[in-house]
Amino acid sequence: MNTDDFKFLVDRIKDRSGIVLSADKGYLIESRLVPVAQRNGLTTVEELVKKMRATPNAALMEEVTEAMTTNESFFFRDKTPFDFLKDYIVPQFLQSRGSNKRLNIWCAAASTGQEPYSIAMVLKEMNAKMPGWSYKILGTDLSNDVLEKAKTGTYSQFEVQRGLPINLLVKYFKQTGETWMIDPAIRAMVEYKYFNLLESFAPLGKFDVIYLRNVLIYFDRETKKSILERAAQLLAPDGYIILGAAETVIGITDALRPLKTHRGLYERNSAAAGTGLAGKATSTLAGATSSRPSSVLKTSGTAAGRR
Amino acid sequence: MKKCLVVDDSRVIRKVARQILEELDFEISEAGDGQEALEYCQAEMPDAILLDWNMPIMSGIDFLKALREESNGHEPVVVFCTTENDMKHITEAINAGANEYIMKPFDRDILEDKFSEVGLV
Repeated sequence: MNTDDFKFLVDRIKDRSGIVLSADKGYLIESRLVPVAQRNGLTTVEELVKKMRATPNAALMEEVTEAMTTNESFFFRDKTPFDFLKDYIVPQFLQSRGSNKRLNIWCAAASTGQEPYSIAMVLKEMNAKMPGWSYKILGTDLSNDVLEKAKTGTYSQFEVQRGLPINLLVKYFKQTGETWMIDPAIRAMVEYKYFNLLESFAPLGKFDVIYLRNVLIYFDRETKKSILERAAQLLAPDGYIILGAAETVIGITDALRPLKTHRGLYERNSAAAGTGLAGKATSTLAGATSSRPSSVLKTSGTAAGRR
Repeated sequence: MKKCLVVDDSRVIRKVARQILEELDFEISEAGDGQEALEYCQAEMPDAILLDWNMPIMSGIDFLKALREESNGHEPVVVFCTTENDMKHITEAINAGANEYIMKPFDRDILEDKFSEVGLV
């Protein structure tokens, strides 16, 4: 593909989704867009770009954006983000929340459902420790295709072997031929919704935990900042945001601050908000302003030590 | 270096598994059936066993049951790796003391995931 066509695609995809495809994502173009070209009666990506240039076509643009921005996903990806929930976040809420026994979780890049269902299984496994609690897990994504798959809760033999412990497969899945379907009770814990991270977050509600993983990497700095700051506003004062392994807030915004004990876990930084003093100021404030029960802080080693 | 015994009657599968596991820093031994594997373990318990189900002379499930009867037979982490891919077989394996279960065909990612699942990687 010539650089002109590549730039055309990059610009259109950025306009539509905010996602910036860097040159190193160029290798995805052939494998992802040839099927789109074929579905539209064409053979090559060059022809596809030509068609897009000739007449603006929202449906086609949508298809191209989806194809280029879909991620690989698997159950319990990276493991620690789910250990955080089980070993740190939920135990803390159990101590501090009193009669407020609601837990709202948002997966901001739900993809084909593995992340929200992994969270649902963690909570289901903790059921006995959480009497009277109700949970809501919202899974959103920019791609309707992946959401449709997520909603079915159906996975191939290959997919259920990526990250899913065998005891959880036995416990929460039913086999039909070569496919595995998730337990309707787990399925029912997750609500899926089409959502573009460039739009206002206000209609989504408030959350105790936000999984915002492996999606910021696709955005430019300004968009990252905007997403992180708007996400922080949706967060309960004692809530958490979990980012992907290659992502951080450092140097982008001080609306959130990392927990030193739990890599990838961030809390609201109300003390430093707007002061521009992220970095030095927050590191001294972190201990002083923490309202978290110290007993919980002490037990935090297990999850962090196991990365 | 952790030791892993690869038990499969297919030389091809043993070779593929060996390649992947050596890259994950395991020292590999091989056995072509359950009986051979049991004799190996009676001499020296490995840290991990990658175990096929259907093999001549002694099957994987019979080997596993016999292994867990041995005095140090609870030590090795056992990961089944078989074309048997139904709930009945999986449950039977877990009840017999398998730690993880891989349904063939497998690849490097699955093997690595499953081994890390049981703390081997």
